[in-house]
Parts: sequence; C-alpha cells; structure tokens
Amino acid sequence: MMWRVALPLATAFAVSLLALAPITRAADAVNPEADKKAFQKFFTDKFPKVKFDDFVNGPYSMNEDLHKQWEEKEQFPPYEFSLEAGKEMFSKPFKNGKSYEDCFPNKGIGIRQNYPYFDEKEGKVVTLELALNRCREANGEAPFSYVKDEMAALTAYMAYTSRGKPMDIKIPSDPRALEAYEKGKEYFYTRRGQLNFSCATCHVQSPGERIRAEILAPALGILNAMPIYRSEWSGMGTTSRRFTTCNSQIRGVPLSPQDDEYRNVEYYLSYVSNGLPISGPGARP
Amino acid sequence: MIAHLSKPALVLALLAGTAAPVSAQTPADGQKLAFDRSKGNCLTCHVIKGGDLPGSIGPELTDLKNKYSRDELIAIVTDETKRNPLTVMPPFGRNRILSEKEINSVVDFLQTL
Repeated sequence: MMWRVALPLATAFAVSLLALAPITRAADAVNPEADKKAFQKFFTDKFPKVKFDDFVNGPYSMNEDLHKQWEEKEQFPPYEFSLEAGKEMFSKPFKNGKSYEDCFPNKGIGIRQNYPYFDEKEGKVVTLELALNRCREANGEAPFSYVKDEMAALTAYMAYTSRGKPMDIKIPSDPRALEAYEKGKEYFYTRRGQLNFSCATCHVQSPGERIRAEILAPALGILNAMPIYRSEWSGMGTTSRRFTTCNSQIRGVPLSPQDDEYRNVEYYLSYVSNGLPISGPGARP
Repeated sequence: MIAHLSKPALVLALLAGTAAPVSAQTPADGQKLAFDRSKGNCLTCHVIKGGDLPGSIGPELTDLKNKYSRDELIAIVTDETKRNPLTVMPPFGRNRILSEKEINSVVDFLQTL
C-alpha cells in the first residue's frame, strides 16, 4: 500500500480506473437476453397492431392486403413440390443403409427450432444446413449445394415438421459461444457493399417500407420462415441463399455459404427471434 | 455549417475547373439516371413525379428547389451520411455509384421537381 503514498499520480490513475471499471464492463458486457428483449420490444413498439407470432410472416405481416393475398397463396403453396421432395429424400436410405434420421435427435422430426446451435466440441456454430451436409458426408454421400434444390427441400421438410414450435436457440456458458453471438451481432449491424447497407438498414430501420413494389420484411422472425419459395427467384432458397444474395444486392462480395461469419449472424438473428414460432417453409414475393 | 458546405463547394469548383459542360446533359438525362436501377435508382426509395411504383423509405422528392440549394443537393447525393450518419441513403459520390458528372445531371433533374 505504500506505493500509493509514494506515487500519488499512479494512485489517482488506479482510482480512476476503478471508478471506470464498472461502467466499462457494463458497456462491454455481452448480454444476449437483454439484447433479445430490446430487439423484440423495438418491433412490437414499432408495429403495435401486428400480433407477435405474425412477425414470422415477413412482408405479409406488415400489410393487410398482402396478408390476404398470402392466405390465398397458402391454399396452394408454391413450396409444396419442394416439401414433398424433402419428405421423400429424408426417409430414403443412403447407400450404406443409414439415413438422415440417424444423424439427428428425435430422428430429425420437430427439431428445426434448435438450429443453429453452438457446438462446444468444435467451438463453432452449427446450422441445420451444415448438419445435413455433414450427415451426408459422414455416410459417404456427396454434399449438396447450400443454396437451393435438395438442401431447400430437406430443410423445408424439417421446418414443416417443426411448425408452431418456438425458436429455442441456446447460448451455452462458453466464452466462445458468446463471442460467436457477438460477432454475428456485429456482422448484422455493420454496413458494407457499394450501397453501404447493413442487414439492419433494411430489416430493422425500414421494415414495412417499400423498395419499389417490394415490402421489406422485419428482421424479427425472418429466419423462422426459411427456406422460402421466392417468386423473384422462381424457386426455393435457403438461409444461405438469402444471405449471399443480400450481399450481392447491396453490391458487396458475398461470403461462401456457411462461412463462419454467416454461421454467426444466423446464430445472432435466430437467438433474438427466440419464442417466435417456426413457420417454414415460407413463400415470398 | 461552413464545414458542411466546404466540400460540395470544392466539388463544384473542381467541376468548374474541369470545364465539363454540365449543360451538355439535360434534366431528362438526370431523370433517366434517377430511375435506372443500376444507377441512381432514386425511385426505389422516393416518390418522384413521373416514376411508376416508387418506394417509401425516403421523403417524396418534390419542391426541392425551395428546400435545398444546389450545393446542398449535391452534398446529399454525394454522401448523405455526413449530415445524417444513420441515413439509409447510399453515398453515391463517395462510393462511386455515380460520377460527379452524373450527380450534377441528377441534381439538374431534382431541381425541376
């Protein structure tokens, strides 16, 4: 303690650090639970008329006329062919006699809401798409493209068997999991591309607004509807397709599907949508 | 305010220096740029007279001559994040989405609204 007397300047410095410490810690602390509450409150305050569970319907939740159109569309859903194909593929055995059922808890039924999860062995986020391709490769099958076709069909079926179940993403008490979450959050709010947009520019700042004839979807629950049939794509697309095409549209350089950064942003975005029902597969204009 | 105005003023001075005949482009050329999806694409976010299916993110572009000086319009199109860091509007000049000549042409058009 003598040094404090001897070095009053150092003491003053130490004291000021101590005084700052709690503030700094509060600002730096990663608090996913508080983030989630604030994120959800932002949307429910902004759209007081939208029922909480309806946010998963994207642009259709933002506008009554569109909502009617969507209800009519759901009578003959454009994703049906993909869903049927996915169902068939899912139970069909691989060459080695095993199937997807052997790779997932509860044989893969009704588990979509638990993805992505943080794998503590690997130290990284594992998405449903990634788990499906790993299952294939572990059984001697070639991986599928992440963006559409078979991958969209398989995830469509898995989402369908999970419809209505609340998104339930866990963040284990592992500093790497918190770091993945924080990195995903940072990615989500960082502007990029020639057009200088972040994910949040459109889907937090401007949901419900029109870009030409299209209505921007709210970020809340946006992944609950994946995969989606998009008229604009004339076909199905996965979460990977959504992320890579968003990056291209803002004139940025898309990452590879299932790049660590995309896995992290999916982790963040899914976590803050916890509690909202799985609604995939979805249909979008 | 001085800091805000100096950059566009400089831009104008540079343009004058290059003696690029701004008048060679007509407001109609500016309108074309403003409606073109791969260029200004203003219509994606703003209601503009003469444009079909406008977006709704930005304010309607009307009576701009009374609302802003030419310098201010050039500054906004060049990099609106300087005035408003949270703006959705892309920095058309800073990120070279439009050339200085094209920005001038768009502003010619904006001043007719």
